[in-house]
Amino acid sequence: MRWPTRKKKQSGPASLRRNFVTPEGVDLKLELGGAGTRAAAFMLDAVIIFVVLIIVTIVIVTLFVASRQSDALAILWLIGFFVLRNGWFTLFEMGGRGATPGKRVMGLRVVARDGARLTGGAVIARNAMREIEVFLPLSFLGAQAAEGTADAFLTIFALCWSGIFLFFPLFNRDRLRVGDLIAGTWVVRTVTGSLGHDLVAGKESARRTFSDAALSLYGVYELQTLEDVLRGGRDDAIATVAWTIRNKAGIADDGDDFGFLSDYYAALCARLERGLMLGKRREDKFAASRG
Amino acid sequence: MTTASSAILEAQPILVNATRFRKAHEAEWERLEYLVSRIEKRSVAALSDDDLLVLPLLYRSALSSLSVARETSLDRALITYLEQLCTRAYFQIYGVPTSALRQIARFFAKSWPEAVQAIWRETLVAFLLTVAGAVVAYLLVRSDPTWFFGIIPQGLSDGRDPSASAESLRATLYGASHKDDGLAVFATYLFTHNAQIAIFAFALGFAFTVPTILLILYNGLMLGAFVAVFVPKGLGWNLGGWLMIHGTTEIFAIILSGAAGFRIGMAIAFPGRLSRGDSAIAAGRSAATAMAGAVVMLIVAGLLEGIGRQTVTDDWSRYGIGLTMLVGWLVYFYMPRKA
Repeated sequence: MRWPTRKKKQSGPASLRRNFVTPEGVDLKLELGGAGTRAAAFMLDAVIIFVVLIIVTIVIVTLFVASRQSDALAILWLIGFFVLRNGWFTLFEMGGRGATPGKRVMGLRVVARDGARLTGGAVIARNAMREIEVFLPLSFLGAQAAEGTADAFLTIFALCWSGIFLFFPLFNRDRLRVGDLIAGTWVVRTVTGSLGHDLVAGKESARRTFSDAALSLYGVYELQTLEDVLRGGRDDAIATVAWTIRNKAGIADDGDDFGFLSDYYAALCARLERGLMLGKRREDKFAASRG
Repeated sequence: MTTASSAILEAQPILVNATRFRKAHEAEWERLEYLVSRIEKRSVAALSDDDLLVLPLLYRSALSSLSVARETSLDRALITYLEQLCTRAYFQIYGVPTSALRQIARFFAKSWPEAVQAIWRETLVAFLLTVAGAVVAYLLVRSDPTWFFGIIPQGLSDGRDPSASAESLRATLYGASHKDDGLAVFATYLFTHNAQIAIFAFALGFAFTVPTILLILYNGLMLGAFVAVFVPKGLGWNLGGWLMIHGTTEIFAIILSGAAGFRIGMAIAFPGRLSRGDSAIAAGRSAATAMAGAVVMLIVAGLLEGIGRQTVTDDWSRYGIGLTMLVGWLVYFYMPRKA
């Protein structure tokens, strides 16, 4: 891949869908995690780390009060802090799920951009960069503030530094962090879902038929919108859509909006699919109708 | 139900492609979804042998279903479902890292030495920078002892500065004056501190290596400044032993992590024939492995410092251990291996 530079792009909303061709040659069209989701996942992880740190500290202090084993407990705390800070992201992402708890909650996972196995080296590289993205400016600022020597210049510098890295994902198409850039990874959404029921099958009663003119009104886009309306099952939406279609096709109202729409869907779908077989895909209602 | 323009015919089911398709393959998809969910929830080990054998077949059949559905069907729910199913199966089959034990074994047997070998040029440069820093600081402090306070931060010198007497300096080398209980904690603190520095040295390489160079140079300066304190008091040989026992490992580790940072910066600045991005990725993955190795070395150094140096107070043994460690690392990293 090229270094992300800003290029004049063709108009249209930037999509987060990326082509991702498997070795079998099928494009899976992965969806990247959005910047907001990524930020939320990170905040979640940060909060969890913070809470764990507080709990561990409390436990260790309690143990210290009880046992007076100051050395062992201090060592335990130091090591624990180190592992928490450097290991949290790395260890979780090296596991089978490729995601920290925060990412899992937000439905994200880290994958290698080339589709290969996610290696330990890549995960370590991606998370070591966090040090300069987040922890360095923070600890820098924290240390200086503690000594009371944080002047305006230093504060501004630390803010700019973190700003560059913090907003880095917003400045490139693939929402890559600096760490992702170095490690060759990206963060994708993990979508799970069950198969929606078949809208066409399983109808015992007779179906309505529609005239050719009524069926040539719409294309694939409208068909799939109709599918969403039918699966959504909201009465007002169904009534509105049914009214619109009847109005346009000049069909009288028969009082059964849902039945009407289901039949219209089935008929339109069958007609458009026949078109597909002949190599004619009518994208939407504005595309020329096949005669 | 009869209306003027939409007459009802005898029941004649319109079978769209999706319906036909669902009927033929739904069972396979469900089986695949069940297997993939089981792996996601638990692990591959949760599957029986039969399931494992059938998994790739189901995956390929689902992929081909997806291809056919995209071309022939307009049922969006079906396509969305197949896309997510294939994606999940893909990551379980191709994208999952190998088991932790296998990864660790591979790291020690292959990845780590290879990563270190790959950055030998950078390692040499980092070594020379450390030496240069040490020599400069040594000469500076010898010519004007006030330089010492400009180089070493207040907290780190711990009484070991040019104004200290030979006796108190000697005592710091053999642990006599130190309260023994605090030392293990201090060694742990030093380990976490050094490991953090190692990670910084790696990450800062991203800024075209400049900060990493400064870090490595400063590390050398501190070394030289300390040496310049001890040598005029006739404690040079003793300091050597004190440093060697853990220093060969610790300084080597810092040099290696600096070299890992150099590699990233150089790969980004001068990508050569590769594109800048590809060059960064190739360098990043291998350099990160070397950096992780440096952290392992620092653990060893911490043990040597916390335990070894407290129990071994004989200079010869300290030199012996330090040199043995150095030779051990060198052999481990640079020994020629079969491809």
